[in-house]
Amino acid sequence: MAAGDQGDSAPAVALESVGRAYGERVALREVSFTLPPGATLAVFGANGAGKSTLLRVLAGLLRPHAGRATVLGAELPREAHRARGRIGLLGHEPMLYRDLTVRENLRFHARLHRVGQDRAEALVEQVGLGARADEPVRTLSRGMVQRAAICRAVLHAPELLLLDEPLANLDPGGASAVAPLIGRAASAARVLISHDADQGLAEADHVLGLREGRQAIWAPAAQVGRADLRGLYA
Amino acid sequence: MELRAFESVPAMLMFSVSTFVLFHFGLDRGSLAGDLAAGVLWVTLLLAAVLGMNRLFVAEHEQGGFDGFLMAPVDRTALFVAKALVLFCFLVAVELVALPAFAVLLLEPGPGQALPELLAVVVLADAGIAVVGTLIGALGVQTRARDLIVPLMALPLLVPVVIAASEASAPLFEAGGADPFPGRWLMVLALYDAVFALLAYAVFDFLLEE
Repeated sequence: MAAGDQGDSAPAVALESVGRAYGERVALREVSFTLPPGATLAVFGANGAGKSTLLRVLAGLLRPHAGRATVLGAELPREAHRARGRIGLLGHEPMLYRDLTVRENLRFHARLHRVGQDRAEALVEQVGLGARADEPVRTLSRGMVQRAAICRAVLHAPELLLLDEPLANLDPGGASAVAPLIGRAASAARVLISHDADQGLAEADHVLGLREGRQAIWAPAAQVGRADLRGLYA
Repeated sequence: MELRAFESVPAMLMFSVSTFVLFHFGLDRGSLAGDLAAGVLWVTLLLAAVLGMNRLFVAEHEQGGFDGFLMAPVDRTALFVAKALVLFCFLVAVELVALPAFAVLLLEPGPGQALPELLAVVVLADAGIAVVGTLIGALGVQTRARDLIVPLMALPLLVPVVIAASEASAPLFEAGGADPFPGRWLMVLALYDAVFALLAYAVFDFLLEE
């Protein structure tokens, strides 16, 4: 079976007892779950629970220190090259150069991912940034930067979207504009970090709750209520 | 990025010219020649280059460029080559002003007929500084003490460049201009460039990890 075929049929994410530490501090411990292709996982947890670390491990930006992590059929970090270009990450940082314009940033990322420039142009228009696309990112409001960052994250039509508070700083209009790109309609598997329980549960097929780096909840979203999540923040 | 923000090149240029002015008055000599002139020139240019090394990867580190690049399906060596070329261009831009300033403030006589040989020395020395500087810049930017780490690591590694470039250019700065041009120092510079380019190619991927 070819590598690509294996990746197509494999779970979007499969973790077995994954752990990750920063020096002495353990950020993730014994995290295990399997996310089917096209499914959405909502990750909940208090600040410092290990949510962002989990996202960076899945993105291939941090090596797991324990356990086995497979993303889109590629085992990390040994086969990370197979997953590169198939993952879209929207983290706390927009990953945009502040002194470049939105259009220049997207064109740069389009070249990195070998995507046509017309795709960048279409995204800019879709999120309503057309009028400000030639202004440096540092001059834009946070909401506009978030829209541009979403364009950057989905530019290459990734098979797996890693989204950390994707609607942060967006007004209702902005949230509507980006919904087709990062919502269910995106036709990608999604790992979604959210502090909004209602929104997270509504979007998710599965729920992962982290408390101090440990897996406190793993269940289908239909079986998780707000009361279950409250314990993560206590 | 530099064309938008103008951070590194003006600082490198100001440092070089200010240092030449300081030497001009500090040494209390109307002009320099030979070994001393070559030493002053290359030590000044090397220290100016450290300023550029320090900032070479700052935008990538602080604005998420590293993450974006690492997640893209591209050869990571491309980033090394691009950044080394950028640092090389920074050095050339600085030298376009600094070398004439050096000639006016400190040199007697100017390189004159030996200009092609001097250009060969400059190109090879700049290539070595760019290769090593890019490697150290990538390493230093991931530490908290970048401003300390970069010079502490780069300066010892670049001592051979200063020695070879000074030895190669000293005869060009002699008052009589009679000394033969020591081509073997050019060979040393070329060998240094090749060795560190191969080393950088081998280890740069690992420097970008975490």
